[in-house]
Amino acid sequence: MSILNIFSQVEISHYIYLSTVLFCIGLFGVLFRRNAIILLMCIELMLNAVNLLFTAFSSYMGDSDGQIFVFFIMVVAAAEAAVGLAILVLVYRNTRSTDVSFLDQLKG
Amino acid sequence: MMQNLPIPFLVLSFLTILSALYVVTSKNPVHSVLALIFTFFTISAHYVLLNAQFLAIVNLIVYAGAIMVLFLFVLMLLNLSKETEPVKSNWWGISAAITAGCLLLIITAAFQVSGEAVAKNPVEGIGLVKALGKVLFTRFVVPFELTGILFLASMVGAVLLGKREKGNDALISKEELNG
Repeated sequence: MSILNIFSQVEISHYIYLSTVLFCIGLFGVLFRRNAIILLMCIELMLNAVNLLFTAFSSYMGDSDGQIFVFFIMVVAAAEAAVGLAILVLVYRNTRSTDVSFLDQLKG
Repeated sequence: MMQNLPIPFLVLSFLTILSALYVVTSKNPVHSVLALIFTFFTISAHYVLLNAQFLAIVNLIVYAGAIMVLFLFVLMLLNLSKETEPVKSNWWGISAAITAGCLLLIITAAFQVSGEAVAKNPVEGIGLVKALGKVLFTRFVVPFELTGILFLASMVGAVLLGKREKGNDALISKEELNG
């Protein structure tokens, strides 16, 4: 039994709006910030917004496939964070900064 | 529209959005990491409300436990806890806000048009380990094994990237000697 019978009181659209707002906050962070570590954190925020939406749909429809997908997204996010932070350490070692605006060497 | 919602859902949603905003706007990266951990806690509480107990625990362990500790560790390693980020011009923030606001508007409008397409059919106990494990090890066993390969690849990649190369080291020390 759940603590609160959320399904009778909250519509799925409220979860859609909540995840959309979270996703857009993450997108704003990716566009606005320059610190590479904060960019990675904003990507995690966007992934979590999608996870929340997957779980909401899965629970409302009574189908556990969505929750399996959330599990896989978490796995991929963990791998992405590990490789991304390793790249970040490498960038810091070369440029002595994590500012992404310095990474314009390929522009020519 | 908002009045009929239960109090726990409203409080959790506001806390989630406020802490997510603090992640984005905070100048100090350590405060951002802590706010993001708080956001993950509130999202886990949402999972509990949605009857997804396994995901709530896994979210706490994997995200708030492992990934965010990795972030904090890198912050401490690179000594970035100071407020070193240069201030951007206002135009940058305004254009980023307009872009994100446009996306918010478009998605919201799309859901307004599509309406209530989901039938409510909640089933008791699909979020428990027993039910999810059965699905994971029967229908999704091949993707589950592939995630093992993905983890191996990312582990090798992270170790390879993090390894200090000897030639590179010599180059840096030569430059430092000259400079």
